[in-house]
Amino acid sequence: MSLAQTDKYYLPQPSLWPIIGSVALLLMAVGGVMTMREIDNGGWVLLAGVAILFYMMFGWFGEVIRDSEAGRYNKQVDASFRWSMSWFIFSEVMFFAAFFGALFYTRVLSVPWLGESDTMEQLWPTFKAAWPSAGPGLQDSVQFTPMGAWGIPAINTLLLLSSGVTVTWAHWGLKKSSRTQLILGLAMTVALGMVFLGLQAYEYHHAYTEMGLTLGAGVYGATFFMLTGFHGFHVLVGTTMLIVMLLRSIAGHFTAEHHFAFEAVSWYWHFVDVVWVLLFVVVYWMI
Amino acid sequence: MGDAMKSMWQRAGMVGAALAASQPALAEYAYNLQTPASGVAQDVFDLHNLIMLVCLGIFVVVFGAMFYSLLKHRKSLGHKAAHFHENTTVEIIWTVIPFVILVGMAYPAAKVVIDMKDTSNPDMTIKITGYQWKWGYDYLNDDISFYSNLSTPREQINGTAAKGEHYLLEVDEPMVVPVGKRVRLLITANDVIHSWWLPALGVKQDGIPGFIRDSWLKADKIGTYRGQCAELCGKDHGFMPIVVEVVSEEDYRAWVVKKKGATQAAVADNAKSFEIADLVARGEKVYQANCAACHQASGMGMPGVFPAINGSKVATGPIAEHINVVLNGRPGTAMAAFAGQLSDADIAAVVTYQRNAWDNKMGDLAQPAEIAAARGGAASEAGAPAAQ
Amino acid sequence: MSDAAHAHDDHSHGHPSGIMRWLTTTNHKDIGTMYLWFALIMLFSAGTMALLIRAELFQPGLQLTNPDFFNQLTTMHGLIMIFGAIMPAFSGFANWQVPLMIGAPDMAFPRMNNWAFWLLPVAALMLMSSFLLPGGAVAGGWTMYPPLFIQGGISYDLTILAVHIMGLSSIMGSINIVTTILNMRAPGLTLMKMPLFVWTWLITAYLLIATMPVLAGAVTMLLTDRNFGTHFFNAAGGGDPVMFQHIFWFFGHPEVYILILPAFGIVSQIIPTFARKPLFGYASMVYATASIAILSFTVWAHHMFAVGMPAAAQLFFMFSTMLIAVPTGVKVFNWVATMWKGSLTFETPMLFAIAFVCLFTIGGFSGLVLAVAPVDIQLQDTYYVVAHFHYVLVSGALFAIFAGIYYWLPKWTGHMYSETLGRWHFWLSVIGMNIVFFPMHFLGLAGMPRRIPDYALQFTEFNQIATVGAFIFGFSQLVFLVLVLKTIKGGAKAADRVWEGAEGLEWTLPSPAPYHTFETAPVVK
Ligand code: HEA
Ligand code: HEA
Ligand code: HEC
Ligand code: CUA
Ligand SMILES: [Cu+2]
Repeated sequence: MSLAQTDKYYLPQPSLWPIIGSVALLLMAVGGVMTMREIDNGGWVLLAGVAILFYMMFGWFGEVIRDSEAGRYNKQVDASFRWSMSWFIFSEVMFFAAFFGALFYTRVLSVPWLGESDTMEQLWPTFKAAWPSAGPGLQDSVQFTPMGAWGIPAINTLLLLSSGVTVTWAHWGLKKSSRTQLILGLAMTVALGMVFLGLQAYEYHHAYTEMGLTLGAGVYGATFFMLTGFHGFHVLVGTTMLIVMLLRSIAGHFTAEHHFAFEAVSWYWHFVDVVWVLLFVVVYWMI
Repeated sequence: MGDAMKSMWQRAGMVGAALAASQPALAEYAYNLQTPASGVAQDVFDLHNLIMLVCLGIFVVVFGAMFYSLLKHRKSLGHKAAHFHENTTVEIIWTVIPFVILVGMAYPAAKVVIDMKDTSNPDMTIKITGYQWKWGYDYLNDDISFYSNLSTPREQINGTAAKGEHYLLEVDEPMVVPVGKRVRLLITANDVIHSWWLPALGVKQDGIPGFIRDSWLKADKIGTYRGQCAELCGKDHGFMPIVVEVVSEEDYRAWVVKKKGATQAAVADNAKSFEIADLVARGEKVYQANCAACHQASGMGMPGVFPAINGSKVATGPIAEHINVVLNGRPGTAMAAFAGQLSDADIAAVVTYQRNAWDNKMGDLAQPAEIAAARGGAASEAGAPAAQ
Repeated sequence: MSDAAHAHDDHSHGHPSGIMRWLTTTNHKDIGTMYLWFALIMLFSAGTMALLIRAELFQPGLQLTNPDFFNQLTTMHGLIMIFGAIMPAFSGFANWQVPLMIGAPDMAFPRMNNWAFWLLPVAALMLMSSFLLPGGAVAGGWTMYPPLFIQGGISYDLTILAVHIMGLSSIMGSINIVTTILNMRAPGLTLMKMPLFVWTWLITAYLLIATMPVLAGAVTMLLTDRNFGTHFFNAAGGGDPVMFQHIFWFFGHPEVYILILPAFGIVSQIIPTFARKPLFGYASMVYATASIAILSFTVWAHHMFAVGMPAAAQLFFMFSTMLIAVPTGVKVFNWVATMWKGSLTFETPMLFAIAFVCLFTIGGFSGLVLAVAPVDIQLQDTYYVVAHFHYVLVSGALFAIFAGIYYWLPKWTGHMYSETLGRWHFWLSVIGMNIVFFPMHFLGLAGMPRRIPDYALQFTEFNQIATVGAFIFGFSQLVFLVLVLKTIKGGAKAADRVWEGAEGLEWTLPSPAPYHTFETAPVVK
């Protein structure tokens, strides 16, 4: 692996990956709509789209990794990566903000409004506003138990918090060129992420089968599953990226000075961590 | 789109003819808000004039300067460019002055906002519900309820009849209020968001399904006032006008008495048993007023959007399911629950009509009593918005 | 596809040609060109819809369309103009000009740049093809309010996903632009020396990154309400239809500044050039732009004065909205001060820029009228609003785009455009535009609601005037098309410094700008 840093900003050659990615998203969108509208073969179109997307990601990231390993990325390119990753995480923050906003709005505003003064008297005379709620129209038909904080969620909090520590520990290893510490730290982080996902899957299963808590259980169910679901999806993505980092570390990539890919993944992981802590507090704990 | 396009081209031909025949101006030009007929509307009118004048003033000053410059500081006149490019004093001045002007505008505006929002001490209360596409009025103090539909004939809209004076701004049953009384309005909607708007009285309030929002009006002058739904609510958003008749206190009382009589007659109908011919005849009227907007007078619906009733599996299948669809609607679609909107007799009539009109020749009928039975527990929910 | 590790750093070899060049390109100029053509095609598509709308509204009664198809036209016109025409056009400018103006060899992430572009045709295909689906295209307004948007059929789902894809494109494009500007400026080009166009795009990109994900969240909730049984916007489940409006406008209002800030940037480049005088108050221009961006997050509910908010909320949103007039005013005054005592000439870019300043201000003033809550309650959802936003969007954003095209087209193509045709285009557009949209103020004041296919008789005259204007304005755009095509094909050779008063790095390059520029960074003193 040569790290012959150039002084020129690396400009890639023409590439087919972007257009392949566009085709993938087109198929995914069309397939998704077909599936939702129950049109035959929608699932296959969707699947084809996903497959092409994976193909594109393998190819594209593979190319980036080769460019990086060939030392084509100089300091300035590295700085570009840093800026872009920060802004990307900012955009993710705003995405979650929309759903946290929805939680705040329903909980603090719309549910209480539905249970007071004219709205209650004229439209929902039997509604008692309280959180959690399935809402005035569903309160009789939908019975659910809210998800408490002190079972799996608390364990998951511990898991994610410690995974933040292990990934940092791995980073220290990388910085002092201790490959063992790097690989060990990453492996532990991946394991923690996977256990988290397993527990969350169990929690969802439990919610659906035993607690009556579903996506359709009024705004409580909707905000609960959308927030924790999108978070879980981010954990899944993060874990996948960590696995890639682990494999690359084993393959001998990264040096103490040059390892932005690793750092980006750990930034992402910390971000997912912070979101979870917020979730834990406002979704599970402060019911 | 297929159909839309077809009718487009068909109609394209008619445009030429219609253009030639287009009658001379029926209406006069209007450059400002409608003549206010209430205190709030007057306040808004004045506020608007004030802001317009201020803006006009600023516009004249700023663009007076700009056009002066455009005329005088041209290269073609040999004008040489100066080189200044900042001046802190000037920049502060033209930040502060607009700010001060804005404060001057915000102050009277805030007073009007607070006045508009104050719905306390009403003399009477009316609940207004928006439906696709008509308005429902419930007089909470006088126990009167009725619906108000567009009364402009379809022929006028399609251009096969001359348009009347109040084209699109006329209804079968206007809302009636006494002059000079403070009327509180509880506004909501049944299906999608609508907006109840009466320009001359300065009221516009969205009706949000599942929520009540309130507003108020107090008309200063006797007369008829017209407005329209002001929130896109689907296909016939442009065809759900609002007409309010402001009458004297005595006339209002007389109207209340008359209305109550009509309501009692309708309730009495629910206890009756009808002949099929009567039901079909009555059902046709109910259908035209409530269903034809979507399913069309021809019963053919609009492909892809509204299903045909003519030949529909439901209208030619078991009658219980047919009644069920009309009573409870189809959640998540434009097909609303009519349980809360129509009386037993009307639902019996419209179901019977749909089963025996066009090519549907079922020959069976529904009686009001059957509808009452089908309502079952649902009866208690009547009046509540269709839950999802 | 360059799968194998290839000899890099050698830009001259093995470029694909023909269609493959455009599909695979990583060159900011190519990508900029594609954005601009895409925008032009979308402008003509959505413009054709506008002309159909205007034709239907030429007189009362239903002539050309039925109400449902009319709503489809309105909705698609709005969506495509905003997401398909104006935003991509500005991205085209950013791609062409930002690297040239800051002395960078290309954008920071050339491949991602290409992807950001190629997502747009995908989204456009999804939107446009929905006209052919059963039930037709979306008809719920570009604002997509539930519950109406919950009711529709397949095209509604397609539109939601198209919005996701366009959002993805905008976010990637913006991250690229921010990174390019922050990290790839030529040595010596400090932030406070950057051309204003670059500044406005930096701030616009920030707005995009902050708001597009919020829009994505909002439409995701629509999607799950439609298909997966959630009740975000349904009172029966404890949700609220109005919540969608809050989230949508939290995106939507910054979005309208996304549509105008790059326009401010373009105009701020052009006016000093033709006044032969430096931009007045450069620093305050930068601060004003930043203030507008920050304030834009605090005003969203001025679109919702009629939903019935508590008085305190109405007052807050009224005051904060009015406040935006202050920094915007600073910009207007600075432009006028730049012209003041200049040595003015009136080539087509300058004509459009002057019209921009004047007509945008009219739109700003009507915005201010709408900001005053009691007045807005009368005017919301009327043609007054339609008049307002077409003044800021057509004579604002679109005119600035025209101005920018005239200004830089010689640099891009190497040919001068025909000044005669340019003038024709300008005068027809300015006159046409005012004939369409000025009468709409009166219509709105008199009480004509927007989004209606048919209207009461007292609105006839002004509607007829507007329709005539629309056809004048629409068909004058053909002049523009001809002019652009002619300029690309040939014409007088453009000098490097095309305009006598032009300042900036792009004018140090040859015209047309070579495929690769600034491979070694210039030094800015
Ligand atoms: C480019 C896009 C753009 C821009 C720049 C603006 C700018 C502004 N807009 Fe506009 N607006 C839209 C696009 C835009 N808008 C769109 C698309 C809609 C409709 C959406 C829909 O419903 O479909 C809309 C709707 C809209 C509404 C809601 C109307 C309704 O639906 O009821 C309001 C209400 O406050 C509003 C206000 C303003 C204000 C105060 C500004 C201000 O930024 C304007 C500031 C500028 C000036 C004031 C002029 C210059 C200033 C001076 C010369 C200084 C001196 C002035 C004074 C002291 C007065 N806009
Ligand atoms: C940037 C945005 C933008 C632009 C540039 C325009 C441009 C125009 N708009 Fe648009 N408009 C919106 C954004 C924009 N609009 C939005 C957001 C809405 C709200 C939507 C909603 O309510 O949801 C709206 C709504 C809207 C309405 C209200 C509809 C309603 O409420 O029912 C009207 C009505 O007149 C209208 C008219 C026009 C016209 C005449 C133009 C003209 O400028 C168009 C000029 C025409 C062309 C550029 C086309 C030229 C093409 C040819 C000449 C080719 C002809 C050839 C063939 C047919 C083969 N627009
Ligand atoms: C706002 C539009 C609208 C109005 C008004 C309306 N309907 Fe419907 N109706 C629909 C839609 C949309 C469907 C299809 C629902 C679905 O997709 O399942 C439907 C379905 C039906 C069906 C079932 C048809 C079938 O074959 O599945 C019947 C019966 C029906 N409506 C009767 C009525 C009656 C009776 C009225 C008036 C009292 C009425 N509708 C008013 C929109 C409307
Ligand atoms: Cu009801 Cu628009
Ligand atoms: Cu706004």
